[in-house]
Amino acid sequence: MRRYAPRVVALGYLTGILLAPLAMVFWRTFDHGVSPFWHALTNGETLHAFQVTLLLTVIAVPLNTVFGVVVGLAIVRHRFPGKGLLNAFIDLPLALSPVVVGLALFLLYGRTGWFGSWLTRHGVQMLFAWPAMALATIFVSVPFVAREVIPTLRELGDEQEQAAVTLGASAWQTFRRITLPSIRWAVVYGVVLTTARCLGEFGAVAIVSGRIVGRTETATLRVQDAYENFDSTGAYTVGLVLAAIAVVVLVVMTLTKPKEQTA
Amino acid sequence: MIVVLPIAALVWESKRDGAHTFRQVVSSPEAVAALKLTLGAAAVVALLNALFGTVIAWVLVRDDFRGKTLVNAVIDLPFALPTIVAGLTLLALYGPQSPVGLNVAFTRTAIVLALCFVTLPFVVRTVQPVLHELDREMEEAARSLGASELVVFARIVLPNILPGILSGVALTLARAVGEIGAVVLISGNLPYKTEVSSVFVMNRIESGDSAGAAAVAVVLLVVSFALLLAIGGLRFLVTRHERA
Repeated sequence: MRRYAPRVVALGYLTGILLAPLAMVFWRTFDHGVSPFWHALTNGETLHAFQVTLLLTVIAVPLNTVFGVVVGLAIVRHRFPGKGLLNAFIDLPLALSPVVVGLALFLLYGRTGWFGSWLTRHGVQMLFAWPAMALATIFVSVPFVAREVIPTLRELGDEQEQAAVTLGASAWQTFRRITLPSIRWAVVYGVVLTTARCLGEFGAVAIVSGRIVGRTETATLRVQDAYENFDSTGAYTVGLVLAAIAVVVLVVMTLTKPKEQTA
Repeated sequence: MIVVLPIAALVWESKRDGAHTFRQVVSSPEAVAALKLTLGAAAVVALLNALFGTVIAWVLVRDDFRGKTLVNAVIDLPFALPTIVAGLTLLALYGPQSPVGLNVAFTRTAIVLALCFVTLPFVVRTVQPVLHELDREMEEAARSLGASELVVFARIVLPNILPGILSGVALTLARAVGEIGAVVLISGNLPYKTEVSSVFVMNRIESGDSAGAAAVAVVLLVVSFALLLAIGGLRFLVTRHERA
């Protein structure tokens, strides 16, 4: 009996807090059959919200992937002044509230902000439009690729790279043929985490987007908007689609997770 | 460019109207209530996570049952799921139309529940590898010398996994203090009662008071920095035997 106590506690807690609520969303969505679900899904506002989310993800993920790999290489393979600081700042978005991030961008690019007047004069619309939303999304998902790449690079050592260089390979060749193949799975795992974060971003985007329905509303904002306007089917529908994406992400995460972590 | 500059602008804005305004906003009753609630809820959640996270990690490492791999994968779900959906799922089960007759919506319990959901993986994922590496010989030696299971856990296992638990707790605190997506739907955001700091900041911005929002945001920023430092310090302590 005592042998099973931890197992019962652990599984009970997981069920109560994670699995049962998730199952409930599924049930709630199809409460009144499939047709309201389909109706809510193909609604113009919903489709547009998913398009906006997709656009932001497509912008943020490649940028952060390149940035993550470059920063990872810089931190592990090179010495330069301010390296410790860079290392610390990479982690900052993980600890910072998304609301604080959103507000910071809001103050920087708003009409009275540092860059605000310059932008207004040149007719560039940052705030309440996709550029600021993209910046917010990039900000919150900066650390993931770098965080995965750094330990892998450390573990790897640079013997193979040095061997390649002594055999006459250029820096780019060394990177392409030696480094990249060995950190491949760490990058993939980081990209998956980045994607999940971009799709799910709420707080920062909520502030800089101005939440204009049908224009700057993302899928996550749509969930809140629909729920607060008593359109619970709409909220649950968008929620379920996002949850389904999350499950796919989870499966890919499990499959690509660096081995030492699955142990 | 992306990380540092916006934060500089934030600190600047909070100071623009002078330290007096800053103090006035931060010490206004509504801001204080929100801050107290945020820190209190984060502390409760950290405690719950330390307890349940350790039990879950223990079960994942030491126990064996069918479907364990699946359970192990499910732990990461809160990382993959958008936080607003996390709030929505909890609302579906523990909200106004709860099928199990538990309605916690718009209460402080709801906030704790939502934060527990989104921070679930932290302690599990920091304790799990430590527990996995732990040499069982020590425990067996203790047992053969007549120690009870409880004593073995308290005297042998716990001291070893404590750094893991603490760094998980620090991550939990950092996340819980800043969380908004999971909380915003289920808490009802009633000022003085269920309004957390991040929601307070959001409301201030929406009503055009960006100086007030910046003041509270700077407080949150300082808390985040402190927790980051704590995490860094813990990491230093945990890896000291590797460096030696």
